[in-house]
Amino acid sequence: MSTAHDSLSGTRARLRTERKARRLRLVAEGQWTTRDAAALDAALKHIDLGDASEAEIDGTALERLDSAGAWLLVRTKRDWEDRGKRVAPIALADVYGSLLHAVEHEHKAPPVEIHNRHTLEAFVGRIGKATIHGLQQGVGILGYLGRVTVEVTEAIYHPRGNLRVAALVHQVEETGINALPIVGLLSFLIGIVLAYQGADQLKRFGAEVFTINLLGVGLLRELGGLVTAIIVAGRSGSAFTAQIGTMRVNEEIDAMQTIGINTVDALVLPRIIGLVIALPFLTFYADIMGLLGGAVMCYFDLGITIPVFMRQLQEAISINTFMVGMIKAPVFAFIIGLVGCFEGLQVERNAASVGKLTTRSVVESIFIVIVLDAGFSILFSIIGI
Amino acid sequence: MAGDENDVVIKIRGLVNGFGSQLLHDHIDLDVYRGEVLGVVGGSGTGKSVLMRSIIGLNQIREGTIEVFGKDTSKLDDAQMREIEMRWGVLFQEGALFSSQTIAENIQVPLREYLHMPQQLMNEIASMKLSMVGLPENAAAKHPSELSGGMKKRAGLARALALDPEIVFLDEPTAGLDPISANMFDELVKDLQKSLNLTVFMVTHDLDTLRATTDRIAVLVDKKIVVGPIDELRRNPHPWIQEYFSGPRGRAAA
Repeated sequence: MSTAHDSLSGTRARLRTERKARRLRLVAEGQWTTRDAAALDAALKHIDLGDASEAEIDGTALERLDSAGAWLLVRTKRDWEDRGKRVAPIALADVYGSLLHAVEHEHKAPPVEIHNRHTLEAFVGRIGKATIHGLQQGVGILGYLGRVTVEVTEAIYHPRGNLRVAALVHQVEETGINALPIVGLLSFLIGIVLAYQGADQLKRFGAEVFTINLLGVGLLRELGGLVTAIIVAGRSGSAFTAQIGTMRVNEEIDAMQTIGINTVDALVLPRIIGLVIALPFLTFYADIMGLLGGAVMCYFDLGITIPVFMRQLQEAISINTFMVGMIKAPVFAFIIGLVGCFEGLQVERNAASVGKLTTRSVVESIFIVIVLDAGFSILFSIIGI
Repeated sequence: MAGDENDVVIKIRGLVNGFGSQLLHDHIDLDVYRGEVLGVVGGSGTGKSVLMRSIIGLNQIREGTIEVFGKDTSKLDDAQMREIEMRWGVLFQEGALFSSQTIAENIQVPLREYLHMPQQLMNEIASMKLSMVGLPENAAAKHPSELSGGMKKRAGLARALALDPEIVFLDEPTAGLDPISANMFDELVKDLQKSLNLTVFMVTHDLDTLRATTDRIAVLVDKKIVVGPIDELRRNPHPWIQEYFSGPRGRAAA
């Protein structure tokens, strides 16, 4: 008979093996718990079966055993049996009988596999998934554009009281009036920056007065509308998604449908139409605040007085410059509202989904706004405005 | 065994809790004994969950002491508190599974956090816990959003049991389950309690669960606590307790 001690330093678990003829005896002692499972796992894997044909596991001397410890005993027994040894039933104190039973009899399936998500294959898979998802998303928004267009047309041509005026006014206040401070401040600052940079460059040619042309055309045609649309997408588009999404999580949308309320009428139209009304006003306001910022900068940096500024501005821009900027506003508003509401309705019934789709809604609407702006530029250059 | 001072795993003395000027608990005392299943009941807003959260340290208590395994939890430093936290598991009402991880990964979170284990052993343990709570093997790779409410609770229980705790806290484990699933959950808690020798602290409203699983019941009434086995509580003259245990639902569960 020979005895081998496996050292498990720093743990309260002990195990040793004894050999007698061709019989291997594993003696488990001390505390076999989850805490020391890793050390036990390694030690058990190192047991050399040698030429033994029979084995037994003796856990009668254990002071403590929990389910992880019991699992290690059961696993070792099964492993030995798979290797063709005859293994006697695990000997344990009576108090652990039901634990051993629970582990041994309820658990037969192979262990859980955790797939590594950091492989190249998984990466390519994610790209593919994202591509398909992007295309589906595009088709979804296009379909929704159709539905909203039909509903809007119907609301205009066959008014059946489906336009909710109170909700609409509330949306104009929420998305328009409440956005005045932030839109005003940012436009004012952009006016200042634009005037400063323009003056800096144009001074070299002695053409600093043309800073005003740069300001007028830049702000009215492009920046005023674009900056406002981007702020509103971040401010109101996200709010639309979050509000409607939360209603979906709470099953409020489902409740509305069962009561027979058209969700497009009740939730989507007031938001989109409200934004279509509010955004042109906001854009106009942003234009004025931007010019004001530019005028202030011109006065302090270049010494151009307000009357001179006004005269030069009048020469630099025509009503067309202003209209080109303004005509884009309702289109941007429609897209921001549409994407915001569409994504809100895509929310699944869990809170995490609200956050995810709100982010997506903002990114998508800003993306579409900038793409549309580029499209408008091409269109206007073709028709020569 | 019950009643022995050495076997008190949770000892609450003079606990006061409240919101603003409103008191929820007014100097309550409670002992929880090793190996028992204690049910906690009370009307809505009587602070059942607050009591549980006070014990596990999620709720700042106003007055009183809470001892777990003989140690006052308010006087422990972080390392000592972690030591205690390893010895209990908590099942929250909706399971509180981490939504970005699969069920198997959820079960492995405590193992990964506290112990250095090879991944394969963690997989084996996760798989064992899954079958102990009666979840099918294919649930392991699923995300919580793909599971039904009852399965989420089982998965939450598996995570609570990951470190083989001595105490498990269950917050309304059978709420929202159909009667059959609820019965199965009761059986599960009883089986696990027996085979793992768990102490179970269970907040519940389910009279069937109370009758089927608990050794003693703690009733929160009038900001105080009344504790006893169900038969003793049925004889308690307090009107709310009478209404609770002898009302139509209480009689049906008897």
